[in-house]
Amino acid sequence: MFKTLKRVASYARPYIIYFILTVIFAAVGVALSLSVPVFIGEAVDLCVGRKLVDFSGLKKLVITLAFIVVSSTFFQWLMSLCTNKLAFLTIRDLRADIFSKLERVPISYIDRHTKGELTSRVINDIEIISDGLLQGFAQFFSGIITIIGTLIFMMTINVKIALVVVFLTPLSFIAASKITKATHASYVKQSKLRGDMVALAEEMAGNQKIVKAFVYDSRAEERFDEINRNYGKIGAKATFFSSMTNPTTRFVNGLIYAAVGLLGALGAIGSVSFIGKMSVGKLSSFLAYANQYTKPFNEISGVFAELQNAIASAQRVFDVLDEEEIPDDSDKETLTDCTGELKFTDVEFSYNPKIKLIKNFSLEVKSGERVAIVGPTGCGKSTIINLLLRFYDINSGTIEISGKNISNITRDSLRSNFGMVLQETWVFTGTVAENIAYGVPDATREQIIEAAKSVYAHGFIKRLPDGYDTVISENSGLSQGQKQLICIARIMLMDPPMLILDEATSSIDLRTEQRIQKAFTKLMNGRTSFIIAHRLSTIKNSDTILVMKNGDIIEQGNHDELMANGKFYSELYNSQFES
Amino acid sequence: MRRLLVYLKNYKKELIFGPFFKLLEAIFELIVPVVMAKIIDNGIGRNDSGYILKMCGLLVILGICGLGFALTCQFLAAKCAYGFGTELRRDLYKHINSLSYSGIDKVGTSSLVNRLTNDTNTVQNGVNMFIRLAVRAPFLVLGAAVMAVMIDLRLSLIFFVVAPIISVIIFLIMKKTVPMYKKNQQKLDRASMLTGENIEGTRVIRAFSRQQEEIDEFKGAVDDIAECSVAVGKISAILNPVAFMVMNLGIIAILWFGGIRIDGGSLSQGELTAFTNYMTQILLALVVLANLIIVFTKAFASANRIKEIFDILPEEKGNITSPDENSDTIIEFRNVSFAYPTAGDQSLSGISFSLKKGQMLGIIGGTGSGKSTLASLIPCFYRATEGDVFISGVNVKDYDSDVLRKMIGYVPQKSVLFSGTVRENMKLRNENASDDEIISALKTAQAWDFVSSKPDVLDTVVSQGGKNFSGGQKQRLSIARAFVGKPDIVILDDSTSALDYATDLALRKALKNDMADSSIVMISQRTTSLKEADLIIVMDDGEAVGMGTHDELLQSCDVYKEIYQSQISAKGDNGNV
Repeated sequence: MFKTLKRVASYARPYIIYFILTVIFAAVGVALSLSVPVFIGEAVDLCVGRKLVDFSGLKKLVITLAFIVVSSTFFQWLMSLCTNKLAFLTIRDLRADIFSKLERVPISYIDRHTKGELTSRVINDIEIISDGLLQGFAQFFSGIITIIGTLIFMMTINVKIALVVVFLTPLSFIAASKITKATHASYVKQSKLRGDMVALAEEMAGNQKIVKAFVYDSRAEERFDEINRNYGKIGAKATFFSSMTNPTTRFVNGLIYAAVGLLGALGAIGSVSFIGKMSVGKLSSFLAYANQYTKPFNEISGVFAELQNAIASAQRVFDVLDEEEIPDDSDKETLTDCTGELKFTDVEFSYNPKIKLIKNFSLEVKSGERVAIVGPTGCGKSTIINLLLRFYDINSGTIEISGKNISNITRDSLRSNFGMVLQETWVFTGTVAENIAYGVPDATREQIIEAAKSVYAHGFIKRLPDGYDTVISENSGLSQGQKQLICIARIMLMDPPMLILDEATSSIDLRTEQRIQKAFTKLMNGRTSFIIAHRLSTIKNSDTILVMKNGDIIEQGNHDELMANGKFYSELYNSQFES
Repeated sequence: MRRLLVYLKNYKKELIFGPFFKLLEAIFELIVPVVMAKIIDNGIGRNDSGYILKMCGLLVILGICGLGFALTCQFLAAKCAYGFGTELRRDLYKHINSLSYSGIDKVGTSSLVNRLTNDTNTVQNGVNMFIRLAVRAPFLVLGAAVMAVMIDLRLSLIFFVVAPIISVIIFLIMKKTVPMYKKNQQKLDRASMLTGENIEGTRVIRAFSRQQEEIDEFKGAVDDIAECSVAVGKISAILNPVAFMVMNLGIIAILWFGGIRIDGGSLSQGELTAFTNYMTQILLALVVLANLIIVFTKAFASANRIKEIFDILPEEKGNITSPDENSDTIIEFRNVSFAYPTAGDQSLSGISFSLKKGQMLGIIGGTGSGKSTLASLIPCFYRATEGDVFISGVNVKDYDSDVLRKMIGYVPQKSVLFSGTVRENMKLRNENASDDEIISALKTAQAWDFVSSKPDVLDTVVSQGGKNFSGGQKQRLSIARAFVGKPDIVILDDSTSALDYATDLALRKALKNDMADSSIVMISQRTTSLKEADLIIVMDDGEAVGMGTHDELLQSCDVYKEIYQSQISAKGDNGNV
């Protein structure tokens, strides 16, 4: 826990000046505001009764008080400003760091985690750190100062009554911790039930059309009702328990108040000599302290609860930051003048060391040749892409491009020689032009339009509300096919010597599909291409066909060879025409 | 709002007694400064230690009673709020289930989920806070003011200056910061979006070696957040210190003018102390009130969102509960046109056809051509805007929709499985299906192989969203689910896209053999899948541009011919079939 705290602190180091200022301003501000009741008490003492008010003294006090009140306000405001800067700048750096980290971890790490999981670390967890650790720190600190300060002031007024207050303090703690304990169990239950309820609601209401189609509604209602009723019961209990805190601490505070009143008043009349003499004014300032004394205790216990949360979040964030990175390869050779020749020699690879996937795979591809990869859904066709672009590294064997082993060249230069279009098209939030120019950021508008025209995307782009300046995103209403055309235009503009293409499946409408097909053909012209094939024409005309099943390459050859072979490929091929 | 207030009807007692007890506590709290003033004036003034003891005892009793009242109120509040929330959620969910597809479209399913969970919780919290604080906080402000007036009318004028000033400060700062917080949230959403996009596009980004640019863009976004947060923090940080400052300045004024009143003999020292105490109380209550306003604003917004759902009328139901036994046509469309309520253009126009029992209907065409829309009129998910749809001789509008849908096995485009077991999922269509029926459906859907190879077979757990099955497996389970109990009509809405050709073929063969009595409606993009159909409808832009069997369409329909040839060209020039 301390290691985690220390690590968060190391992110705050550049802003240590704000930290120091926070401490100073908090101390000054709190001390000033705590001295207010003393002066009020003194003022009350000056107003003893009719014709007995000392106006010149009162005037001095009132002016001093006004000065103290205003400057304490000012310092407390400054303190908040410094905590804010400290918190917001620290989490900004932390966020930038974890984001950069995500660009440097191996793809396998990203593949193992869901988008929601990682996004929540970058966004939510860091927000919790900000609230719990950094802002909480300010609250914690000023709370402590308030308590200490209050005690000191009470001591200066009357040591003995102050000691009574100190002895009564644990009451507040005991009450609070008892309630917290009682609440905790039902809170855990409540949040679990709430999670269950949200999950069920997402599943049922989220798929409402299916529920209706299968007339499942009454059964769904029963399931929902059961969780809902339990949630109502447990929730009421948890809420009641937790809402006991305030009245209870108010009560304890009331007891302390009464005790101070009793002792102070007895002291004032001097009937109990043990307490010592005390004026009415001093009593009233003492009472003011007693009134605010327990408040910081509540705040601090709240901070502790949030702190635990924040540490858990920080741990999750640091887990990401501690992930191993892809080693830096900038000292390696760069791949230039790529001819598009490719050679796999005895390649072996597996995602999981226990399950061998690709064994003894060798293949030679001449410049400009076309390689099709076919196989049933989920057979691991994308493995080849992962290996070629070094998203994953092979376990043994070699892959050479233009005679150079790809593990001896920089990843960046290797990838810049490939153009890649995936079936899961990726457009980012930005204009169409920005999306097309992703690989060539300084491309002119003419070049962008040229690229779009050459892949038959110009027509639909022109019809968008702002043409090439229309802002698009993943969910902006472009069809899958249109998004894919933009991705193809992106590659066209980049003009790489080698291509990796994942053809679209059936959910694209016919006209767009034909357009994409034409665009692909144009793109492949003269380039070494790897195509994950769904279409007969692609398969048939390619120079080499790799047939994959369960992650492994089971057949390899051209169309005629494989048909003559009469095995899995011929079966697969023929099944397309049967009905 | 009245719509939701109904749910408070069963909790009238809690609604009255909750705030009442809270009021009692507040009254007791207000008495405390008076008692203390008495202690100072009478006890200390007259050196009466017995009086002091008595009065301090009273303080303790007041505290105990206050605690009792407060706890009673908290209890009633929690009971009422959660009781209200539970009933509201139950009815809201019931209402959601009664909505038609058009009703669901109007809000969107993710929004439905949000309103059912988050919004009901916010309203529930609002009720809770209402009982606990809505009476207490204003009462404390008023009460403190009244007590002050009773002690000294002229001195209490200070209250009527200070309280509005503090209220105005709170109001102004909230008015300024609330939109800023919203803006801040938007900036945070942008960072969230960038992160999500980067994770999704990680392969593309790395393929283009654009990591550094992405990092720079994100840094810009977080810089923006930090700047905005600091700016809003600057203003919101004023609130507490300044409110306390105004209060303390008020106390200073009380001291000064109180001094004058004491000197004049119209105010006692104890009363002056009480005055300063009331000032503190007012401020604390005002801060609570400000927070309360935020809670209520949120609760009202949520209540309105919930009301929107209740305002959508439930699906109309007919009362015919059995098909016409004498009819030999299973599906008949008579000049049917349809437009989605949200869209202006017609999605279907002038469709007429009829299909006999046990026949197969094929629908083909591009995306957006109206294939799925046509199929969704069969189970009356949507109602035709013009013309009529008949199933087994009865107009779908006249059917009890539950009966109609039980006659149909529907396989959606996107496979959705529910959490539970395979068996539970298979029983979706028919609660009482036997294992034999389930296994036979799984076999037809080519799903039995992988289900039977699992150790728990039909009891295999399906996790939420069916994540523990591959896309192809999920699709086959979703198909099997519709086959259980051999419904009269099976609708397959382009539901074999995740299957490879061989499995697709096996499925179609099994369908023909095992489901001979059922009428099949198959939407597909592959002409080969539809070759066997008794009737194929070729859809283009909402119109049926061709209708007939495969062979007829090859002769008569250009669009169909075009589709067929583009899919078969490889085979054509190979010439080896």
